[in-house]
Amino acid sequence: MKMARAVMSEIKRDHIHKLLAKGRRVDNRAWDEFRPISIQPGFSETAEGSARVRIGNTDVLVGVKMTVGEPFADTPNKGVLSTNAELIPLASPTFESGPPDEHSIELARVVDRGIRESQMVDLEAMCIEPEKEVWIMFTDIYVLDYDGNLFDAAFLGAVAALKNTIVPAKDNDKGEDFPLPIRHFPMSVTAVQIENSILVDPTLDEEKVAEARLTVTTDENGDLRAMQKGLAGALTLDQVYKVIETSQRLGNDLRKLIG
Amino acid sequence: MKLISDDGIRYDGRKVDELRPIRIEAGVLKRADGSAYVEFGKNKVLAAVYGPRECHPRHMQNPAKAIVQCKYNMIAFSVGDRKRPGPDRRSVEISKIISEALDYVVFTENFPRTSIDVYIEVLQANAGTRCAGPTAASVALADAGIPMKDLVPSVAVGKVNDQVVLDLQKEEDNYGQADLPIAMIPRTGEILLMQMDGHMTRAEFDRAIELGVGACKRIYDIQKDALARRYTVEKTEEEPAEEAPSEQEG
Amino acid sequence: MQFQKGKKRSENMNKEGQGSSREIVLPGDLLESGGRMKAGAGTYVQDGKVYAAQVGIKSVKSNFVNVIPLGGRYIPTPGDSVIGKVVDIGPSNWLVDINSPYPAPLHVNEVPWRVDFGDTARFMNVGDTLLAKVLMVDETKRVQVTMKEQGLRKLQGGQIVEISYSKVPRVIGKGGSMIQMIKNMTNTRIFVGQNGRIWLDGEIENIVFAIRAIRMIEENAQTMRLTERVKEYLESVCKPAPAEDAESR
Repeated sequence: MKMARAVMSEIKRDHIHKLLAKGRRVDNRAWDEFRPISIQPGFSETAEGSARVRIGNTDVLVGVKMTVGEPFADTPNKGVLSTNAELIPLASPTFESGPPDEHSIELARVVDRGIRESQMVDLEAMCIEPEKEVWIMFTDIYVLDYDGNLFDAAFLGAVAALKNTIVPAKDNDKGEDFPLPIRHFPMSVTAVQIENSILVDPTLDEEKVAEARLTVTTDENGDLRAMQKGLAGALTLDQVYKVIETSQRLGNDLRKLIG
Repeated sequence: MKLISDDGIRYDGRKVDELRPIRIEAGVLKRADGSAYVEFGKNKVLAAVYGPRECHPRHMQNPAKAIVQCKYNMIAFSVGDRKRPGPDRRSVEISKIISEALDYVVFTENFPRTSIDVYIEVLQANAGTRCAGPTAASVALADAGIPMKDLVPSVAVGKVNDQVVLDLQKEEDNYGQADLPIAMIPRTGEILLMQMDGHMTRAEFDRAIELGVGACKRIYDIQKDALARRYTVEKTEEEPAEEAPSEQEG
Repeated sequence: MQFQKGKKRSENMNKEGQGSSREIVLPGDLLESGGRMKAGAGTYVQDGKVYAAQVGIKSVKSNFVNVIPLGGRYIPTPGDSVIGKVVDIGPSNWLVDINSPYPAPLHVNEVPWRVDFGDTARFMNVGDTLLAKVLMVDETKRVQVTMKEQGLRKLQGGQIVEISYSKVPRVIGKGGSMIQMIKNMTNTRIFVGQNGRIWLDGEIENIVFAIRAIRMIEENAQTMRLTERVKEYLESVCKPAPAEDAESR
């Protein structure tokens, strides 16, 4: 999917800046406050696990499908994770049909890295027969309504979907169904930098004005598991530390929403 | 495979002329100009309308009218085996026939050179998604405020165990003998979408149409109810402006 | 069968619903079968009967039955005052997004400044906002806008919000009463474009309050006691003007 260029009005840009100078955001949130979040686990009956997540007006549906396949040669005793994101044109006037573009590929890879590097899923337990058969997990992320901060919405959705995934062993003649073995509980928090202010959970308008973006994924112990800096601006080290500390703190709140 | 019991009860407990439970909601997405969500039993379908808007690519523009471009898509985990994202030959064909059905009801000549883009995303499939599609899409078009003749309810009728049955679900679709999806304007009896595969006698076809037309009328009422709920008006206490808003600056 | 277009939107918007209840109609709803009333805006005729073509409110006025739309995109009409956004620049024109399906070129001859060929960017750039008037619309809906009239200009400062154009009359209110109240109570300058874009300027706090009042109207455009509720909200956030305060006691 492609993202078309949308012209940001200079007046709207200035308004965001003027409010920030007074320590305010357009929707009156605190700098470290998320929009209202709703999580609907098990939305899909055709997926092995799923969740629909709304952060403000942003709406994302994530599903997990599993199949039996061959392991990669360098990890013969581990299951395979595969993550894909679709910015479908239903979700925004600026999304266009077509093969995944750099935006959807970055989104999928950032979510994938957080899941993978936190060792959320016990991949060794997903081996059926070394070198021959392992479980392959496809996590598909669909954006349904786009109003900013896809990274956290998609990550929340992916984590919630994996947590309610039941491995379809019976249908694949591999014994009884079992819940996906979960070892860790990663969570991502994304913030943007606008004129030296750090704003958590940016709306679409804030993203358009933002100079830099940072996503920090932590685990349940507060340890760092994945990061991604985006956009064409720079961050100071102090700003990086601020986002890390915020991610550790808010990550705990977000985990409680999934349970 | 026996899908209908001797006393006429189907695989999922319905009678031969019974629809699955249907739920329709209008105006469910924020960014889209119009939207609708439809559940037909275990089918879950989301439709969004963008437009009329500038038509891209430019060579598709029609100087006399808007073009209606529908894209029907099944998401990866909407079916048993994961479907690879992106269009396939089936979805391209379905997109075309739904575009044509919707084109008929929209007053396209009002919006020359534009396109009205309709996106149908099948979130969960259980047979009959090409009928849930136009059912949702026509509600989304109305929700987008687009001038149109009428809504377009749609349903599939089929043949299972030598009996004509309404609104096939997955097992009946897989093991049935015929499938006949239709979409129509109930008030005028105009058929806007029709496909058929399998084997039906003329008498069975007539019976199928009778069941399908009756069902479309019921679906139509549910569509209208969804829109009425979205646009419920309490009595207002004042009149809109008399003046054009040109001298509003103070 | 042909869709009936209104001659001018404002003609159909005013004075409707007098004495009669507001009836929501949906596409395909029968409005008139006895041949007593003629097909007005937002309707179509089939076999001598008049049907609704849009989601809207049924309104009967001087023997015409109309549907006042509750949604849909803004379609420009000559003379409309609109708020536009520059989305592209050419050597002798700007391309202006007026929140409609049709982007509108603004030619250098239609601005209040003398602009040399290729010098357009010196006056207005991509992302700039302007107050314009729809100059002409041809039958294929090719639109031209102009800034050559008193009061039309480039807008600077303040904030822009977008609402559905169909809710513009509600934001303005009867005889401008609603918008006047918001302006007075928040002490902001407000311009409402017929294309659903609203420009507000003043103290930034007050702009925020005024925007929230406009959002209240947008979300509750069809509900009772709207004026009072907006007033109550603004009274709760804005400092009351001292003179009025004394008077009310």
